[in-house]
Amino acid sequence: MSGEPQQTADHGHALGLHYEMQDLYSPPKGRFGRFAATNHTVVGIRFMLTAIAFFLVGGVLAMLIRAQLAGPSTQFLDAADYAQVFTMHGTVMMFLFAIPLIEGFALYMLPKLLGARDLAFPRLSAFGYWCYLLGGLTLLGALLAGVAPDSGWFMYTPLSSKPYSPGINADIWLVGITVVEISAVCAAVEIMVTVLKVRSPGMSLMRMPLLAWYLWVTAAMMLAGFPPLILGSILLELERAFGLPFFDPTRGGDPLLWQHLFWLFGHPEVYIIFLPAAGVVSTILPVFCGRPMVGYSWIVGALIAQAFLSFGLWAHHMFTTGIPHLSLAIFSAASLLVVIPTAVQIFAWLATLLKGRPRLSLPMLWIFGFFFIFVSGGLTGVMVAVVPFDWQVHDTHFVVAHLHYVLVGGFVFPVIAGLYYWTPQFTGRKSDRGLGKFAFWTVFTGFNLTFFIMHLTGLLGMPRRVYTYAAGLGWEVPNLVSSIGGFILAVGFALVLLDMLVQWRFAPHVTTNPWKAASLEWAMPSPATAYNFASLPEVTGRDPLWKDPELPVCIAGGAGFLAGPTVPGQRETLAVDALDGRPDYVLILPGPTFLPLLAALALFGAAGCFLFGFYAGSAVLAAVLVGVCLRWLWQSGLREDPQPVDIGKGHRLLPHPARDQSPGWWGMVFTLVFDATLLVSLLFGYVFLLSRVSDWPPVAMIAPDWLVAALILAGLGAAALGSQGAVGANRQGKGRARGWWLAIASAGGATSAIGFGLIPSLLTAPATSHAYAACVVALSLYGALHAGLTAIGSGFVAARCRAGLVSRVRAGDLLILRLFSQFSAGAGLIVLVAVYLAAWLA
Amino acid sequence: MFWSATAIVTGVMATAIYAMATRDRERAFSTRRVLVGWGLIFPALTLSALMAFAFLRGEQLLAREDGAEVIRVHAERWEWRFAYPGGQQSDGVLHVPAGREFTVAITSGDVIHSFWVPRLGGKMDAVPGRLNRLRLQADRPGIYYGQCSEYCGQGHAHMQFEVHAHPPADYAAALAAADNVEAAPLPVLDQRSAPAGDIIERWTDRVFEALGIS
Repeated sequence: MSGEPQQTADHGHALGLHYEMQDLYSPPKGRFGRFAATNHTVVGIRFMLTAIAFFLVGGVLAMLIRAQLAGPSTQFLDAADYAQVFTMHGTVMMFLFAIPLIEGFALYMLPKLLGARDLAFPRLSAFGYWCYLLGGLTLLGALLAGVAPDSGWFMYTPLSSKPYSPGINADIWLVGITVVEISAVCAAVEIMVTVLKVRSPGMSLMRMPLLAWYLWVTAAMMLAGFPPLILGSILLELERAFGLPFFDPTRGGDPLLWQHLFWLFGHPEVYIIFLPAAGVVSTILPVFCGRPMVGYSWIVGALIAQAFLSFGLWAHHMFTTGIPHLSLAIFSAASLLVVIPTAVQIFAWLATLLKGRPRLSLPMLWIFGFFFIFVSGGLTGVMVAVVPFDWQVHDTHFVVAHLHYVLVGGFVFPVIAGLYYWTPQFTGRKSDRGLGKFAFWTVFTGFNLTFFIMHLTGLLGMPRRVYTYAAGLGWEVPNLVSSIGGFILAVGFALVLLDMLVQWRFAPHVTTNPWKAASLEWAMPSPATAYNFASLPEVTGRDPLWKDPELPVCIAGGAGFLAGPTVPGQRETLAVDALDGRPDYVLILPGPTFLPLLAALALFGAAGCFLFGFYAGSAVLAAVLVGVCLRWLWQSGLREDPQPVDIGKGHRLLPHPARDQSPGWWGMVFTLVFDATLLVSLLFGYVFLLSRVSDWPPVAMIAPDWLVAALILAGLGAAALGSQGAVGANRQGKGRARGWWLAIASAGGATSAIGFGLIPSLLTAPATSHAYAACVVALSLYGALHAGLTAIGSGFVAARCRAGLVSRVRAGDLLILRLFSQFSAGAGLIVLVAVYLAAWLA
Repeated sequence: MFWSATAIVTGVMATAIYAMATRDRERAFSTRRVLVGWGLIFPALTLSALMAFAFLRGEQLLAREDGAEVIRVHAERWEWRFAYPGGQQSDGVLHVPAGREFTVAITSGDVIHSFWVPRLGGKMDAVPGRLNRLRLQADRPGIYYGQCSEYCGQGHAHMQFEVHAHPPADYAAALAAADNVEAAPLPVLDQRSAPAGDIIERWTDRVFEALGIS
């Protein structure tokens, strides 16, 4: 990183500021320093580069598939290898390429777009990255060892259950992907809080760049969309490892429960992938049209509508599973309805093109490719939303073609447009010449050759996931064409990569804001500095750089807010009022630390031990993980009540530990949204199973003990009241009473944890005998885990109180604890009612 | 559907390219009208029409209780077995009367499979623990090719079957000739989903009972 601010009025001052800040925000020097990096620029780039590496892996797998299908009865791969190849192609592209690329892009871009120096929780995104890397490497290692998952990327039960997949293959998918999902959830919480709070002064919600809206809505969808999959994976792993029969129809389970949970995640996932890419289009298009995007508020509305609708579509992946006719009609209608917000966006883009003066530079070329492919894919999507048509083409190559039109057209094309557009951010160079256009046309031709013809292959009756086919069915020619197209496509992507490398080394250097864009990520030198902004800009409109082209120079000279650290060696940025963008408080950012890496290693180790059935090791490492997390949380906070600091322009603000609704508090709110969705998914599964058959469970399997219920209730009540009392006592400055209340909360948590732990012992039949008993165990585990965390959390906060990290002013810890304990108490109550009510009525 | 889809793609691309080609022209039009007209009203109208068509067409594929012949289809890795109302059984070949509607009742003995005869249209999964129905008809006598279309393990690609549609007059004889008398009877489905109404009734009864009102 060597970008230097250009031609400022006060050149010397700007340069001094640059060196000071660059030093402060860069990863520590030394051999291991890079493992401690938390800066969002570094973490974001790591995410994106890793995702691109996985894209190449997925691409190689795709080539293996096309080589195998090029002709009838090919002997290249056998059925077993082919199963691993297609399963891993889907898994890698979805979970290890698309989603992490989005996360990395959001983590890299958001602070720069929003005018901040870093994300709300820099350590959390570093942790997320390590989880992603370790989980991804597990899957990759399995592939190399020949034990990769082989039941298809949506892992339908019972094919993925123990009797039909006895090997470790399926376990690797369930455990590895869950570790990767944890990183997605971390990123989602990070994005939610960052967009809401960590912006430049003056940037109200309706002044945010559209891309920030897109990423925010995406993150919200991730928070609500990932829990069903995480839950499904946990339940299936419990079934595989311990025989709890959630999905086994011979023991009261139902294989369709997996499909519901999977597609409850899987359909929103399509929009989670598409929306950020659409955001890239809405960012680049106006720049090359030289005018703002048409219909800003329409697009925001469309996004929110799309997010809600996408959760009502999941069953359209299940039209052929025999779900009732009424559900078919409802889900079919909802699938068509979701077209409307998409149409609003497409016509807003067209209207912007018509109103502006579009220039056809390289990024725009890719966006035109996106229009063609994505609109075609959307229209075949409308076709498969029509039930009779879907009954014909479901699970054929028609659907394969459709999903590649949507995902490659709707995601990869905009991503490459974005790659070209933002290259100067990373390299400080750009070029329109060279291979770029040729690479585009190669990809475009190869793509359409491969997948257009594949619609026909499907209509001719070729099902997906067959490793070979007989000659004489009319499938030879279209398959050969698809394979030739596939290799042209691969060459095209290789050319794009080569073009990138050439540009990185040889393209001419650019000055600040090379595309004459309007958004703040171009208000810094290219390549981007580690600290983003020497001083934070004041935003007065939606297009700050069009309004004031001199802004980069002013903020590099220190004319904005927070020029330089207020305390030497302290990373900090501003948090604003979520709605109107008034400055709210100074956010003190943590510096580099090894804790995220240690936490990820502990988690990975626990997961690895579990995978090999070494449960004791798993438990020990889980305890280590809790310890590392506590150490991590201990790092933040102040030991004395702070004074307001001068942030420039006559404003004085308090640092965040002195404010009640700190980022940590918001982070807990969104974590609980995730947690609540997890509980709802679990209850959904419970009710789904119990409503499936007329005698559920066939005999009374639990002897509900009122003593245990009383124990749990007392514990939950004590935890909820104790955390409330501690907040009250703290407000009145009564340190001793605060300690007692926290002790009550902690004891309450421990009591109810013991109570929940006793519930499985009330079962009169083994948990492996029926899905009902298995559900009771899963529900009690959920209750016990939350109660246990309440106990640990209360003890931890009590220790922080003793250490002087909490005061009347610095009450954040207690407020966060109260949120968690009261949520856990409520959730525990629901679990208790769910178990006891059903037992009592049965 | 194909032609309207082509028209929409062409329209979108033509507009985009037109905008690029005539970039120097000033255009005065109401963006709000574009968004309302094309973004909301146009898809709403076309999709409602499509929806109505789909719903009516879908009705025809549903299994109805009207006395049509019900043939049991049982999938088990990696073969298809068929049982007919008269007690006959066959493996790998499904014998049906041509020109007459029939219902297949589909079950699975292990993992999820999917019953599909491309030229007869329609497809239905064989889900363990469930019984799914599909209404089909072969218009003309002949041999139709069928196969599993849900990935079910390594034999999936070869899990195929044939449908032989016989003229109605020859059907009984063909069936008798094809009957595999030595085949073991197909397993009886011991668990099937109860209608939603029953379940609500059962749980309300339980609540009333528990409260002592009954």
